Amino acid sequence: MPPKQFQLKDLHREIRINNARTLTAIILVLGLLGLILSRYYSLQITDYEIYSTQSERNRVQLQPLPPRRGLIYDRNGVVLADNRPSFILSVVREQVEDLDATLAELAGLLPVAESDLENFRKKLAQRRPYEAVPLRFRLTEEERAILAVNRYRLPGVVVDAQLQRHYPHGELFSHAIGYVGRINEQEAKELDQSDYRGTFHIGKVGVEKYYEDTLHGKVGYQNVETNAHGRVLRVLESVAPTSGADLVLNLDIRLQRAAFDALGDRRGAVVAIDPRTGGVLALVSTPGFDANLFVNGISSADYSALRDSLDVPLYNRAIQGQYPPGSTIKPFMAMAGLNSGLVTPASTVRDPGWYSLPGSSHKYRDWILRIRGTGHAPRVDMHMAIVESCDVYFYDLARRLTIDGMADYLRPFGFGELTQVDTTNERRGVLPSTRWKREAMGQPWYPGETISAGIGQGYMLASPMQLAHATAILASRGVGRTPRLVQSIDGVPLEAPLLEPMVAPVEYWDAVDRGMIDVVHSQRGTAKALAQGIQYTMAGKTGTAQVIGIAQGAVYKEEHVAERHRHHGLFIAFAPAEDPTIAMGIIVENGGGSSAASPIARKVIDTWLFGEAGGG
Amino acid sequence: MADYLRQMPDHGSADLARRPGLASRLHIDIPLLLLLLVLTAYGLVVLYSGSGKSLDAVIRQGRYFLLAYAVMFTVAQISLARLMRWAPWFYLLGVALLVAVMVAGVGAKGAQRWLSIGGFRFQPSEIMKLVLPLTIAWYLADRSLPPRFFPILVALALVLVPTALILQQPDLGTSLLIAASGLFVLFVAGMGWGYILGAAVLAIAGSWPMWMFVLRDYQKQRILTLLDPEADKLGAGWNIIQSKTAIGSGGWEGKGWTDGTQSHLDFLPESHTDFIIAVLSEEFGLRGVLVLMTIYLLILLRGFWIGINARSSFGRMVAGSLTLTFFVYIFVNMGMVAGVLPVVGVPLPLVSAGGTSAISLMAAFGILMAVSTEKSAGQG
Repeated sequence: MPPKQFQLKDLHREIRINNARTLTAIILVLGLLGLILSRYYSLQITDYEIYSTQSERNRVQLQPLPPRRGLIYDRNGVVLADNRPSFILSVVREQVEDLDATLAELAGLLPVAESDLENFRKKLAQRRPYEAVPLRFRLTEEERAILAVNRYRLPGVVVDAQLQRHYPHGELFSHAIGYVGRINEQEAKELDQSDYRGTFHIGKVGVEKYYEDTLHGKVGYQNVETNAHGRVLRVLESVAPTSGADLVLNLDIRLQRAAFDALGDRRGAVVAIDPRTGGVLALVSTPGFDANLFVNGISSADYSALRDSLDVPLYNRAIQGQYPPGSTIKPFMAMAGLNSGLVTPASTVRDPGWYSLPGSSHKYRDWILRIRGTGHAPRVDMHMAIVESCDVYFYDLARRLTIDGMADYLRPFGFGELTQVDTTNERRGVLPSTRWKREAMGQPWYPGETISAGIGQGYMLASPMQLAHATAILASRGVGRTPRLVQSIDGVPLEAPLLEPMVAPVEYWDAVDRGMIDVVHSQRGTAKALAQGIQYTMAGKTGTAQVIGIAQGAVYKEEHVAERHRHHGLFIAFAPAEDPTIAMGIIVENGGGSSAASPIARKVIDTWLFGEAGGG
Repeated sequence: MADYLRQMPDHGSADLARRPGLASRLHIDIPLLLLLLVLTAYGLVVLYSGSGKSLDAVIRQGRYFLLAYAVMFTVAQISLARLMRWAPWFYLLGVALLVAVMVAGVGAKGAQRWLSIGGFRFQPSEIMKLVLPLTIAWYLADRSLPPRFFPILVALALVLVPTALILQQPDLGTSLLIAASGLFVLFVAGMGWGYILGAAVLAIAGSWPMWMFVLRDYQKQRILTLLDPEADKLGAGWNIIQSKTAIGSGGWEGKGWTDGTQSHLDFLPESHTDFIIAVLSEEFGLRGVLVLMTIYLLILLRGFWIGINARSSFGRMVAGSLTLTFFVYIFVNMGMVAGVLPVVGVPLPLVSAGGTSAISLMAAFGILMAVSTEKSAGQG
């Protein structure tokens, strides 16, 4: 061996060392490869079950299949609410590199409102990974085409079709069937989470809300194979959803349109009920609104326009409206008088054109006083009192009945109580009594208030639905039914519940009927104009409700009163009088008088009986 | 010349024995070539699935392989003596290019690694993977082996310069691999165990300042992610969780070729490049992994065999270190995808898609073939 300091190469030693090192390296390599192999063994053999399950869970997702919402038809089979594919523009955040740039790009291609962006950002914050967040709804065909052309440079932007509620008749049925809207946080908390997975809309008002459980249907599921981006590649198995039940309403689109057209641009409400079945044939409140606006969240501009309108279009006058019934209460008062035994059809009352309480100088005027300067006749009986709408007769009757007696006898007609019609937001009106006033206002009842209550003024309030319902009970001679908008669910007829019948002698009903018939058909009737060319017998009663109190002795000059201070015009009717198939309650706000309301009844009833307005 | 002649091992190659001289004259090591052909063919099969059944990707990779084989044959023709002479100049060129990258490099994802010359982009660090071991071997070849203190110091300096330059790009993975390829030469040359132990202690002691001052946030994140991948399931941990799931769900038999759900449903990231072993594991199961490891092991053993039988010190050192470097790629890639090593961006040798890596690996095998045939050149 040479001395180390010479640094000579010792080939044999070098090779020996190299062989040893190579052997070490081979052992090292084998050891490390064994280590790696043991790792793969533990992953693939020992923990195979865990990773296999994990991989399957990755691959397969349980997706809800939202049910198709039940359709709504009118009684003739005309579709009132259906589901249409609506195209939604959504953005998958995870697939978008620069969100602001993409949004700016999209705004350049199609209109994106500030409110759209606001909603988008709100939902963006709450999304699950890879969830598509909707930006724009109801894409037009043109917008879809523009997006399709530009799709290649907009990764993460998706256009999806979804079935969405659609109301083909817009304003015409907005108050009758209500609308659906996007589920809000409050509703989400109360809903059955699993049943509403994949469903974004829920009935908010009206039939849509009342029959939500029926219309919604049952959610289905599918196991789908998805990729990492959540895109569905294959359906592995599925449980089909059960569509919601279809509703056929009692509503008749022809009557609905007749009432709507007759109301025109005036504010008012019309309710028609078939007294035989309790079916609601028409329910109109004007102005209406386009229910489609609410389906995807109404824009704040549209909403404030509706909310702030003086005409309050969102207010359902037909069931929420609280109006003094005015003289339309008189036929019911007459029945109350007869049933109480205080009057007979023949008994009469002296009528000087005004009435005053014993020991009081206050004069309660009859409306005819300012026209004729005198009463209807020296003595007025029930028939004349109804036909000519004599106030004095009913002032006297009210005094004798007392307010509590009135309440007891009017309540069976549904006054002061919910009719329980199958829709939402109904209000009960007011049937005043001493107890009611004490509880509601903390004040005692004054005798003078009974007098005005006798002609449907003062505290008494009723909705057009209540008026129509009461009229239907009158028309069916006491056999009332709970009003029903829905006729059948998926072909199964829905029986309107019978109310406790009101029992009264036939001659009582006849007496009131005759009065109401002559309101329309006699020369002295307050609605005699309606009889022109009429081919059936209509029973009716006019009414006027004061909007502002007219001071004692002041002469009422209609044209001087601002339009919104004019009296409400009311009318109730049923026909054909011999065998009634329709009963109605109508109000025209600030119509000036009942003549604004009564022609609407004629048009609707003509349509009902003959299939067209003004038949014959 | 005759002094240097050695008997070919009897079992060396039947082919070679039947047609003596031809393979030698072409500077081809037949067993190594056959093993490489099997490996690249296997790689293409896996790549077809890993690239989402893209025939284009397979054809592109096939072209790279053709080019890589051509490079291998070309490099194999260069004599070791010439390679030794060129090594220092290549080293200087490589360092110059790395400096150029620092000054005028092209960046991607916050790291400057590429150099663009006339529209052709390449990573100078790739060149260094080959040149550094050649240079260290060149430096040590004329000296007494095993190396003493001073030569070791110089060799370490030679290793440190490119390692530091690549580290600041920053590319932690590549810089460590290059450092390793240089250090392997010292190991094969017989550097004393005392030095090795000392270096190991130093490395461990040095890891604290590395963590504090050198490692970038994303590199620390990778290491932290490795330690606890569950912490950030949708972010940094996603890759590891998904690749482990892919491997584990393959089981023994695998899900079948192109039937891997993890890769084909896009759960697996980089399924045709760095994470391709997960595709193989998922679709061919542990069986497929064993086949791949066997091929790799045979290549490694052949490489070591060539080193042991090399005629010169230079050849021994070069063959040994290149073989060990090849092993490190395999180890790091398979380890990182299986979640036992940090994700450092090392492709699976000759299976992952990519041209640069295939070419530089094949060039290394070309050098091995040059080493292998140099000794038997006299036989013909």
